[in-house]
Amino acid sequence: MTVETGHFALIVALILALLQSTVPMWAAARGNRELMTLARHTAWGQLICVTLAFCALMYAFSRSDFSVAVVAMNSHSDKPFMYKLAASWGHHEGSLLLWILILSLFGACVATFGRGMPDPLRARVLAVQGMIGVGFLLFTLLTSNPFSRLLEAPVDGNGLNPLLQDPGLVFHPPLLYFGYVGMSTAFSFAVAALIEGKVTPDWARWARTWVLIAWAGLTMGISLGSWWAYYELGWGGFWFWDPVENASFMPWLLATALLHCVSVVAKRDAFKGWTLLLSILGFSLSLLGTFIVRSGLLTSVHAFATDPARGVFILGLLGVAVGGALLLFAIRAPTMEGGNGFEPVSREGALLLNNLLFATATATVLIGTLYPLVLEAVTGEKVSVGPPFFNATFVPLMMPMLAIMAVAPLLAWRKASALAAMKQLWLAGIAAAGVLLLVVWIGGAGVAGIIGMTLAAWLAVASIYAWVRRWWGKGALGRLVGLPLEVHGMTIAHCAAAVIVAGITATSVWQGEAVKLMKVGDSVDLAGYTWRLDRVYDTIGPNYQAMRGDMTVTRTSDGSTVSTLHPERRFYPVAQQNTTEAAIHTTGLADLYAVLGEGNPQSGWAVRLYYNPLVPWMWFGAAFMALGGVISAAGKIRTRRSRAATAAAEAVA
Amino acid sequence: MKPKTRRLYVVLLALLALGTAAALVLNAFEDNLVFFYSPTDLKAKNVPPGQAIRIGGLVEEGSLVKDGLNSHFKITDGAQTVAVAYTGNLPDLFREGQGIVTFGRLDAGGTFQAEEVLAKHDENYMPPEVADALKAAGQWMPERK
Repeated sequence: MTVETGHFALIVALILALLQSTVPMWAAARGNRELMTLARHTAWGQLICVTLAFCALMYAFSRSDFSVAVVAMNSHSDKPFMYKLAASWGHHEGSLLLWILILSLFGACVATFGRGMPDPLRARVLAVQGMIGVGFLLFTLLTSNPFSRLLEAPVDGNGLNPLLQDPGLVFHPPLLYFGYVGMSTAFSFAVAALIEGKVTPDWARWARTWVLIAWAGLTMGISLGSWWAYYELGWGGFWFWDPVENASFMPWLLATALLHCVSVVAKRDAFKGWTLLLSILGFSLSLLGTFIVRSGLLTSVHAFATDPARGVFILGLLGVAVGGALLLFAIRAPTMEGGNGFEPVSREGALLLNNLLFATATATVLIGTLYPLVLEAVTGEKVSVGPPFFNATFVPLMMPMLAIMAVAPLLAWRKASALAAMKQLWLAGIAAAGVLLLVVWIGGAGVAGIIGMTLAAWLAVASIYAWVRRWWGKGALGRLVGLPLEVHGMTIAHCAAAVIVAGITATSVWQGEAVKLMKVGDSVDLAGYTWRLDRVYDTIGPNYQAMRGDMTVTRTSDGSTVSTLHPERRFYPVAQQNTTEAAIHTTGLADLYAVLGEGNPQSGWAVRLYYNPLVPWMWFGAAFMALGGVISAAGKIRTRRSRAATAAAEAVA
Repeated sequence: MKPKTRRLYVVLLALLALGTAAALVLNAFEDNLVFFYSPTDLKAKNVPPGQAIRIGGLVEEGSLVKDGLNSHFKITDGAQTVAVAYTGNLPDLFREGQGIVTFGRLDAGGTFQAEEVLAKHDENYMPPEVADALKAAGQWMPERK
C-alpha cells in the first residue's frame, strides 16, 4: 500500500509541477500578484509529495519488499540495514527519484529564501523550475517507474552490486546530484531573466547564492566519487578521465567559470550576456551528463544497466531545454548588453581570462569525451580517448589559470596597475622559487611536475598574502571582523585549489608501486618502508566471505612500526562477485596503500603496494574548497548600490 | 578603453584561447587516439607491432594459464582468437567466458602484451565494443548478455 501511495504522490507532484510551470508564468506576464504566489505553494507541495514518494521507496527497501521490481533487482534480505536504505538510490529508478527530490528541494528553497526578490522574478524562476520538474517527473513515470510491482515476488532479491556496498555510495550520489540539480536553479534564473529582458546586479546576487551552493555540492560529489574509486577499485588511481567522470567534471568547470562571472555582474554590472549563456550551458552539461550515464552510449566503468528508450527521452529533454533556452538567449541577449567598461589589466580582465580558460578547458574535455561517439557514427571506427589526451590538453590550459588566479585578487576593479600587483607578489615569488629548487633537488618530477608544484606554492602564498594584506596593520582585528565573508570564502577556496594541485602533481610524479607475489613472511621494500605479509586468513562479513591479510609496515631506516594494514579480498555469494578492499594508512603526507589479490599459501598471493605521496591533500583540499563556496554563499556581495544605501543610512543617522 | 576596442580585445583573447586549445587537441589526437579491434579486425588489418591499441572479446574457455603474477589467455570473437599475456592482478570480474577489453601492444611474435585489462563492474554488463565484435563475427547470443 505504501508503494502505491508513493506512486500516487509522484503523480500529484506532476500535476503540481504542471500548474507551477504555467500559471505563475502567465500571472507574471499579467502582473497578477495573487496568482504569482501560487508558485510558492506548488513548490512546497511538490517537495512534500516527492519526499513522500521517496520515503515510500526507502520503506520498501528497508522492509525488503521484493514484490517491488527495483527492490528485487537491487537489494537482498541479508544486506546491512544502512545499505538497504542506500540501495534506494543505487540504481537508475531510485537515483532519478533522488534527482527529482533534490530538484523540488531547491524549488522550495527558492520559494522560501527568495523573499527579497521581486514577485514576478520569483514566480518566473519557479515556473522554469516547474518545467524541469515536469520533464523529469514524466521521464520517471513513463520510462522508469520505481514503484512497479512484480506479478510474482521472488523469495529473495538479486543483491546490490557489491562494489556499491560502501559508505562512498551513501554520500556520493546525493551530493553530486545536489550539484547537478543546483545548476538547474542557475538555469531557471537565467531563463527568467531572459523572459524579463533584464539582468541587474540584484539578480546576480540572488543567482550567485544558488550557483555557489550547487558548485560546492558538485565539488564534494566529484571528490567523494574520486575518493571512492581510489580506495574501492584498488587501482591506486583516483581519476581516470572516464566519460562518466568527465560528465560530472564539465558542469563543475562551467560552474566555476559561472560563479566568478556572476560576481562581476553583481559588482560591476558587466558580463551579463555571458553569465546567462554560462548558466544555460552549465545545466545543459548536467543534462548531458545524465544522458551519458543513463544511455550507456559511451563505454564507461560506470555500468548501470541501461536502456536506449531512456536515452532517447533524456536526449529529447536536453533538446527542448537547451534548444529553447538558447533560442530565447539569441532573441533577447542582444537587447541587454551594456554595463560598465574596464581596462585589460583589472579584476574584470583577470576574471575574463579565468572564464575563457575554463570555457576552453570544458570544450577540450567535451571533445575528448564525445569524439569517440562522433567518429564511430561517421566512420564506424572505434577509438578511445584516454588520460594522455586529457593530460596533453586540459593540463596546459590550467597552468596559466593557476598563475593568474594568484594575481587576480590583488587587482583593483575597472583599472589596476600591473606593476603594483607584481610588487605584492614578492613573497609568493620567493615561495615558488624555493619550491622549484626543492622539487628539482628531490628529482624525478619532470617538467609538468616541477611546474605543478611551483604553481601550487605560488598560488597558496599569493592567496594568503592578498587576504592578510586586507586587514593587517593598525586596527587589524576590526578590519578582519569587517571583511566580507566572500573574501574569506575565496581565500579558502583558492588555497584549497593550491593544495589539490600539489596533491595531484605529487602523486602523479612520485607514486611508488610494487606488484609482488608474496608468501607469508615475505617482505618488500618500497619508498623507504618495509612491507611484511604476516598472515592471511579467512573471515566472514554480514553478506560476504573474505580473505584478509595482516601486513606490517615498518620504516626501513630504523625498523619502527608505522602501521598494520588489513587488505581484504571479499566474495559476495549472492552476486557471485569478488571485490578488493584496499587497506590504506595515511600519514597526512602520504598514503600507504595495499591490495591483496588472488593466491594460495604455496605460491603466494599477488600483492600490490602503492606509496601515494600527498594524496590525502586532494581530499582535504576538496573539502576546504567546498567549504569556501559555502562560506562565500553565506555572505552577501556588496554592490555599489547597497554601499550607497548604507552611506545614505549613515548620513541619516 | 572604448567599448569597441574592448570588444576587439575580448575577441582576440577568445581566439587565442580557442586557437591554443585547438592546437593542443589536434596534437593530442595525433598521439593519443587508441583504436579498438576485434580479433577478426586484428587479423584482417595487419596492425603493426608496438602500436597502442585496445582489443576486446570473450575470454576463451579453458585458455587461462596462470603462473604467479603472469597470466596467459586467449580472447575470441568466435571467428578468430588472439593470445594475450598480462602481468599483474587480473580484475575481480575476470573469468573465462567473460567479455573483456584490454589495452596494450602486439609484440613481434603476434602475442598481445596487455598493459591493462578491464572487466566491467557489473557481471551482467557486456562492453558495447565486445557485443559489436561478437555480432560482426556472427557469434552474438543475446541471452549471454
